[in-house]
Amino acid sequence: MNSSISIDVRDFNLWYGDFQALHHVSVEIKPGIITSLIGPSGCGKTTLLRSFNRINERYGNVRTTGRITILGKNILDEDVSVASLRKRTGMVFQRPNPLPISVYENVIFGIKSHTPSSQLGRRVLDEAVETALREVSLWEDVKDRLKSRATELTLEQQQKLCIARLLPLKPDIILMDEPCSALDAAGIERIEELIGELKRTFTIVMVTHNMAQARRASDECIFMLMGEIIEHSATVELFGSPKHEKTGMYIEGRYG
Amino acid sequence: MSLPPAAAEPPGGAVPTGDGNGGGVVGRVPARRGGRAMFRGEWVIEFLIRLCGWSSIICVAAIFYFIIQEAAPVLPTMDWGEFFGSVIWRPTSAVPRYGALALIVGNLAVAIVAMAMAVPLGLGAAVYISEFAGPRVRETMKIAIEVLAAVPSIVWGFIGLTIISPLLIRYAGAELGGNLLNGAVILALMSVPLIVSISEDALRAVPDSYREAAMALGANKWEMVRRVLFPAARNGLLAACMLGVGRAVGETMAVLLATGNVVQIPHSFVDPIKTLTATIAAEMGEATPGQPHYQVLFLIGILLLVITCAINVIADFIIKGAKAKANA
Ligand SMILES: Nc1ncnc2c1ncn2[C@@H]1O[C@H](COP(=O)(O)OP(=O)(O)O)[C@@H](O)[C@H]1O
Ligand SMILES: [Mg+2]
Repeated sequence: MNSSISIDVRDFNLWYGDFQALHHVSVEIKPGIITSLIGPSGCGKTTLLRSFNRINERYGNVRTTGRITILGKNILDEDVSVASLRKRTGMVFQRPNPLPISVYENVIFGIKSHTPSSQLGRRVLDEAVETALREVSLWEDVKDRLKSRATELTLEQQQKLCIARLLPLKPDIILMDEPCSALDAAGIERIEELIGELKRTFTIVMVTHNMAQARRASDECIFMLMGEIIEHSATVELFGSPKHEKTGMYIEGRYG
Repeated sequence: MSLPPAAAEPPGGAVPTGDGNGGGVVGRVPARRGGRAMFRGEWVIEFLIRLCGWSSIICVAAIFYFIIQEAAPVLPTMDWGEFFGSVIWRPTSAVPRYGALALIVGNLAVAIVAMAMAVPLGLGAAVYISEFAGPRVRETMKIAIEVLAAVPSIVWGFIGLTIISPLLIRYAGAELGGNLLNGAVILALMSVPLIVSISEDALRAVPDSYREAAMALGANKWEMVRRVLFPAARNGLLAACMLGVGRAVGETMAVLLATGNVVQIPHSFVDPIKTLTATIAAEMGEATPGQPHYQVLFLIGILLLVITCAINVIADFIIKGAKAKANA
């Protein structure tokens, strides 16, 4: 197992029915940094991200070839446990989607389904909830409202909660699909700040269509176009001296 | 090869221009006239819509009024202790006795046993159709359920008489084919389509983002159903069950044919019983309007109405209570 690569994608193709959304994607994503997936709308960023935890499989019409190795294991193998894959690769969605249950239950939803209930005493759970909420700096806001419905929080709080509920599972990787696109400017700033702190513990892959955000928040960038990877370099390089002509055109705002 | 140039401006410029011509120059006077006509039309429509809304309340009030009116003469002389406390129902004897306790118990028992079968079956089927079945299986099942829902209740009664009766005599040790269990099975079969279709709607209305959230946390499908969909769709599921209960309590023809019609409090699942509804249906034809027997049958009708209203009110409270608790 090569510990300098967190997600290793080799010649990965994906079809929705007859439509090929990803073409021969090969890329290595490094651990402990933030990698942004950028590119115009419809280029396959979400599709690639959703392949990393195999959640795309819920659409019946998806077919893939190639390999995606996460932490030393090809996750497309038949014998992979999807549940434990998803435990190790958490996902944050474009629109905050806390479950319509209490804040408390949201945070422990994951551990409850991965741990036998005999090991989950009240104290263990309480502690997990407080730790997770503190880590996303939501504890002070919601500590008196742990029993109220998560869907009543503000969007920013909801998105923080969606990050917090991944933490008790101790994932290695966190996948984020435009995690700020539903938030206002102040919310974006605080979530970006939070993502910056999380990278000390996790490998983060973040889809964004916001150039400025990719530039601010990420260490490396992957530029995609029509289902292909065009360029993968350090963020400074990609924005400073793009190797590929199309990358240059995109970051200058010439494509959608 | 490169991307198509930023999508050409839609040819939208023409639209406002054309519009401006029609509405701007010629527009003034006709617009006014149109406005007034519109106003009158709106008033009529508003009135009709109001009427539609109020008609439901008017209907309920009217139903209560007429039934109470029919039953009214017997009310002052009614022996309520006997009505609610006695199992002796002899409306046509020389000294008529109107003890409805066995009918009430029979009615509720058959409905409860029916729901004990129909609710799990209906919810299970709804979950399967909405979450597990492929598109083709789903469509086929939905059609089958619609067909089931359209079977007339008298046909269900036949099924009870000709198919379930012999089965119960043979395998459940029933002495008579018509009994509590037979009626309950028939009522369950009748309520299931209703429960399935409404529950399925409720489950499908749960946003997909909840499903993805649960699955991305590593939950399997059954966990997702139990821990996410059921709480999220709770009100709809409860409404579905309550409609099922309503149908089971109020159904007449099928239970008349399937329950054996013996006025007694059942001591086993295969005892014959008689329900309030079946009593009205069976005896109304022989009762003389204006006579006490006739009036007591109407009183039973009131009782049925009260029971179904109570079920609805209780359901409402459960839903509101659940909401309040969730919001607390
Ligand atoms: N479930 C799906 N079924 C069919 N086509 C899809 C589906 N999801 C995405 N696509 C198509 O795949 C392409 C890539 O989509 P997506 O990954 O969502 O792009 P991005 O996130 O970069 O905007 C688009 O052309 C889109 O229409
Ligand atoms: Mg996307």
